Amino acid sequence: MNQFNYIRPSKQQAAIDAVAKDGNAKFIAGGTNLVDLMKRGVMAPQKLVDINRLPLTKIERQGNALRIGALALNSTVADDRQVRERQPLLVQAINAGASAQLRNMATTGGNMLQRTRCPYFYDTAMPCNKREPGTGCGALEGINRMHAIFGFSDKCIAVHPSDMSVALVALDATVLVSGPKGDRRIPFTDLHRLPGDAPEKDTTLEPGELITAVDVPDGPFTKHVSYYKVRERASYAFALVSAAAALDLDGTTIKSARLAFGSVAHKPWRLTAAEQMLVGKPATEETFRQAAAVAMQGAKAFKHNEYKLKLAPNTLIQALKTAAAA
Amino acid sequence: MNLESDKPAQHDEARRYFLKQSSLLTALALVPGPVVQAASAQFDETVAAAFEKVPLKLEVNGKKYKLKVEPRTTLLDLLRENLNLNGTKKGCDYGQCGACTVHVDGQRVNSCLSFAVMHDGKKVTTIEGLADADKLHPMQAAFVKHDGFQCGYCTPGQIMSAVACVREGHADSEGEIREYMSGNICRCGAYTNIVAAIQEVKNGGQKV
Repeated sequence: MNQFNYIRPSKQQAAIDAVAKDGNAKFIAGGTNLVDLMKRGVMAPQKLVDINRLPLTKIERQGNALRIGALALNSTVADDRQVRERQPLLVQAINAGASAQLRNMATTGGNMLQRTRCPYFYDTAMPCNKREPGTGCGALEGINRMHAIFGFSDKCIAVHPSDMSVALVALDATVLVSGPKGDRRIPFTDLHRLPGDAPEKDTTLEPGELITAVDVPDGPFTKHVSYYKVRERASYAFALVSAAAALDLDGTTIKSARLAFGSVAHKPWRLTAAEQMLVGKPATEETFRQAAAVAMQGAKAFKHNEYKLKLAPNTLIQALKTAAAA
Repeated sequence: MNLESDKPAQHDEARRYFLKQSSLLTALALVPGPVVQAASAQFDETVAAAFEKVPLKLEVNGKKYKLKVEPRTTLLDLLRENLNLNGTKKGCDYGQCGACTVHVDGQRVNSCLSFAVMHDGKKVTTIEGLADADKLHPMQAAFVKHDGFQCGYCTPGQIMSAVACVREGHADSEGEIREYMSGNICRCGAYTNIVAAIQEVKNGGQKV
């Protein structure tokens, strides 16, 4: 592993300044992804700014939302009484990710910012525009069975691997950010970006900007929810496809719905058109099939991931059925 | 050697000690003097330079250590290479197998995926710290009784994870145990017996 300078500020502003002033500096929190990438030589920051001393671990009510601190551990969030009562979809999504050990290390902010698991990104002997801009995309004509079916570009077809983020995008969360130019709020759907011509940029965060918390607004989605994750073994694997479904039911009629796909695009993939289509309809399998058809509009497969064109709608239908029955 | 006493470990560690010392000296020779001096206790707001060792206080299995480590030393490497606690195993070294599982402040974590310096002031428990002197921890005894292993390489991580699994309250059914033990891979396939061992400890009502 490369050598690096290490700093452990106790003040948020000092942490932000340290990264804002040094293009080769990175924040480190749980380290579950960054340490892995550094060991493989995929990332080689010259300076690590350890933010674990910053007071960003709280989970508290803030107006009509739950505010989850950026340093709240995945396991802490999933076990939190308020989160379990108000946001069961988020709990399911977090617990579908990684392992118990990793959830004890991974933080809320870090989970959002994890890098893709595209094998060409990880293999430093292969071309990858995300790792080394301008070198090409190894996956485009390579083994692309894990890759995107929505929102890709000819520069990058990688997918975002976070489970937690799929629930957060469905639940209309807002990310709180602090940076060299002050504080701002980013709707979760705008945090991650599509690859376009700059796949090296995963998010819309500016240099030095630090995620401090995420607000998850109260909603009616406290019962009929499901995070349905399909993977190649029963647990502890990244998704081939996942779907988050949250329904507000009046008897068997759908009052409102929140839907998102995971592992189909460069960002967690919100399905607003399918959500709108569900409003006022009966919560039946036939309705769910129609919604899945709407959700899949515009999907396009590559050589090895054609299965996702069937798997994704079926996963969404299963998530909706499970949510309705919950 | 990184212990503050700076005494080389006994027995067969001499060569390893020499290699570490010589590489460190070579490294220091390349670093400007003022940078090296930044290794004072006040480093929270001070940049610790790449080659520089930083102070680290750690309690491991009840024993307090004052150490100096390179920032890139993982907790796993610190335990194995510097403290000679070789019970914790390096399997994949990428957080995929769970062989390196230890407890930090009572929580199970993958020691390969974090830098030791990030755990300053914390309490670490490894497989060596589980037994009460010569009396095996109930989970260790249950693994022996149920043949919860073949080659044994994943076993320290399995046992550390299993103890945490019971303490967390995630061992109420076979399905729950399998889900919450999924971060520990056993290539010999001793899973059935591992689950049986955990169930026995959970149902036995012993303090774990």
